[in-house]
Amino acid sequence: MNYTDSTLIDVLQFLFMGIQRGSIYAMVAMGFNMIYNSTGIINFAQGEFVVLGGLMMVTLTMAFNLSIVFAFILTVLFVIITGILMERLTINPVKQPTVIRLIIITIAVSIIIKGAAMCFWGKGSHYMRHFSSTEPLDFYGATILPQTLWIFAILFFLVVAYVIFFNYTMTGKCMRACAINRDAARLAGINDRKMVMLSFALSAGIGAIAGIIITPIIQMDYARGAMLGLKGFGAAVLGGLGNSMGAVVAGVLLGVLEAFGAGYISSHYMDAIALVILLFVLFIRPSGIFGSSEAMRLKEF
Amino acid sequence: MKGKNSAGFLALIISIISIPFMVTNDYYLGVLIFTAFNCLACIGLCLLMGYAGQISIGHGAFIAIGAYTSGILTAKFAWSPWLAMLCGVLIVIVIAFCLGIPALRLKGHYLAMATLGFASIVHIVAVAAVDLTGGPSGIVNIPRLDLFGYVLSSDKQYFYFSWSVVALSIYIAFNLINSRVGRGLQAIHGSEDAASSLGINITSYKVQVFILSAVFASISGSLYAYYMNYIDPGPFDVMHSVLLVTMVAVGGLHNIWGALIGAIFLSLLPEFLSFLSDYLQVLGIEYQPDYDTLVYGGILLIIMLFLPEGIFNGLSSIIQFIRSSFRKFSGRAAGRVE
Amino acid sequence: MSNSILELEVLCKNFGGVVAVSNLSLRIEKGFITSLIGPNGAGKTTIFNLVTGFLEPTSGHIRFSGRIVKHMKPHTIASIGIGRTFQNVQIFPKMSVLENIMVGRHLRSRAGILSSSVLPPFLRKEEKLIRAEAEKQLHFLDLSEFARVPAGSLPLGNQRMLEIARALALEPKLLLLDEPASGLNARETIAMGELIEKIKQMNITVLLVEHDMELVMDISDYVAVINFGKLIAEGPPVEIQENKDVIAAYLGE
Repeated sequence: MNYTDSTLIDVLQFLFMGIQRGSIYAMVAMGFNMIYNSTGIINFAQGEFVVLGGLMMVTLTMAFNLSIVFAFILTVLFVIITGILMERLTINPVKQPTVIRLIIITIAVSIIIKGAAMCFWGKGSHYMRHFSSTEPLDFYGATILPQTLWIFAILFFLVVAYVIFFNYTMTGKCMRACAINRDAARLAGINDRKMVMLSFALSAGIGAIAGIIITPIIQMDYARGAMLGLKGFGAAVLGGLGNSMGAVVAGVLLGVLEAFGAGYISSHYMDAIALVILLFVLFIRPSGIFGSSEAMRLKEF
Repeated sequence: MKGKNSAGFLALIISIISIPFMVTNDYYLGVLIFTAFNCLACIGLCLLMGYAGQISIGHGAFIAIGAYTSGILTAKFAWSPWLAMLCGVLIVIVIAFCLGIPALRLKGHYLAMATLGFASIVHIVAVAAVDLTGGPSGIVNIPRLDLFGYVLSSDKQYFYFSWSVVALSIYIAFNLINSRVGRGLQAIHGSEDAASSLGINITSYKVQVFILSAVFASISGSLYAYYMNYIDPGPFDVMHSVLLVTMVAVGGLHNIWGALIGAIFLSLLPEFLSFLSDYLQVLGIEYQPDYDTLVYGGILLIIMLFLPEGIFNGLSSIIQFIRSSFRKFSGRAAGRVE
Repeated sequence: MSNSILELEVLCKNFGGVVAVSNLSLRIEKGFITSLIGPNGAGKTTIFNLVTGFLEPTSGHIRFSGRIVKHMKPHTIASIGIGRTFQNVQIFPKMSVLENIMVGRHLRSRAGILSSSVLPPFLRKEEKLIRAEAEKQLHFLDLSEFARVPAGSLPLGNQRMLEIARALALEPKLLLLDEPASGLNARETIAMGELIEKIKQMNITVLLVEHDMELVMDISDYVAVINFGKLIAEGPPVEIQENKDVIAAYLGE
């Protein structure tokens, strides 16, 4: 094997790792966007949904020995219910929201979920069996885990489902209408309160799926939520807040940049790479790479 | 300062003087010293959040920078602690300036996330830059602070010193609030458009108050390093920045006293909970320190939902209610009601 | 040259594809009350925002006291002597009425962040002066009884008065009033008209946007009519009332 070959293999390997991480960021970012579009809130507990999904899946598959499919469905349902409860109990009752108050409320929810996760699952990280074989596959000299392929496939499936839901179903169209103009949507007879609840449910569900599929690879623990949330937010901003297709591209891009940074610069600073990108995007182009700065000024923060 | 505020200030001074006579246990005195560090950072943060209306979930980073500058310069280069602290303040001023100019153009959620990201980066650097910060094992042999050649060796002395700094910072904060600049900041919070139409340079004011609050945090970090004599990245994670914000919010955003009460309340909460756990055990409830996070999140949520103005305002409105109903009652008793 | 304080020279402002102000040229005479009128969406508030630096013109110039105003932030424009109020009242609700006006003295005082926080005794004199001036404005507008009340709890009429008092504390040469009478009842509107005339007597030029035609025709020295961002007529109120274009614009032909 000569030098160029091994470089190429490295590049491929980093690329796989990057897309795998990026898929998770993309899903977290989609979750951020759903809630942002329906309420204008950035949900600081978004990362906790991922953790909750991962840990619940660990318990159902490893302790209760349920089949992957059954456990998957139960876990997603569980986190969706958590999301709905969050909206009903903490967001819905707030009559005079200020931005600082809403930020702190979602932070409080994240602390509660984190605290509860620590009580139930302890401080250690949890192993979970892969969806299928753990035997790495060979791809032009680079290796790829079947679980990684599962992640790619599920991201692809989610994107398709997202497009179908928001473009071809009545409920999805209603949600989009609410996102564009809530008052007008209400006048057209859409129950905007229900749409907000639905957005929390969907956002929690997508977070749970991200947690479930990544856990076999990273071994979930209770404290991962904040970092996942921050990086997912980075993806959401990079893709233009509120633009979920942009978020998917940006999430994958962020993951790839992170993987290459870790590989070629320093793995110690790996987590910092995505955050530095986040800061640069916020400072230089807060509308994201796909957004227009003109439209950005019209949004309120 | 005037009226109620000077009364409050006097009460604070009296409590500071008398507490070491009542709390003789070194452990609790230590807890109260940590409380002072939190109070210091929260007073600065309250100026930024409550008065100027700008959120920052990144002030833990400024505490870390103050602590590490002090630690590195004294332990590795044998600088005088005071000089090292000053150097920390200068570094924080530069960093806060460079961060503040782009960050404070953002609002609300974006600003919150940008500062949170910054805090996270600083923490990662503290862990990873082993040559500079000692990595996870941190820096040891940081000296104690001396005052006019007199080393503050006992906890009691450090208690008096750190709380004097808190009192001084409260004095400074009130001066600022009741000044031309303070009114400018509150005006920015009320309406940025109106403030700028009256000639207030909003960007400059936001950056200035951001720097000032970062300096408070930096001094708090330096004092922490000199008290502990050793630092590691543990206490400077993102959670600490979040904790500071919640202290200010729980106490009451729009009032310095609120920030102070919030900081004291949440700093003492773990002690209170462990104290309570003995009683809960009698009732058959096994309380473990692991539940602290949960309880703390719950308290935060409840206060934000039901007392959005914080416990300080909550308390004062309760007191007002009691007072007015008492007046009504006594008035009725004396037959003076029309 | 003429005695104009503010000159708009072929001013244009586009928002994306929408033209809000197009080739507008207008001169505001010093020491008089000039009203800008026109149907909703004609671009009146946009003109205010251009003059006070909240928006940058797409092309054209704004000249204030003979000097071209370009790339200036709102706070710099305030410092050269242009005060304004807002269509949707922008007071500082949590500050007291007196403090609101004290903010208006910002440019007439100097204390910085360091001296304010560390050396208040040295600033006492300045503070006293700020307070005295603010109290003078309060008295002028008959709001003294509300001095210590949080501004947010005042009724709308008083809030509009307060906003004007705050702008007057700036001691501007030119004052832009954006619909000062909207939402006011008949009695309050009359009081507002009297106030605006008093402001003119203080040698402050007033540029007014207002929908209450009775008020406009009553107090204005000049009226400029704008429709779709274009000037369609200007002159003394009597001429404007008889102008065919104006009647057409208002009645929609």
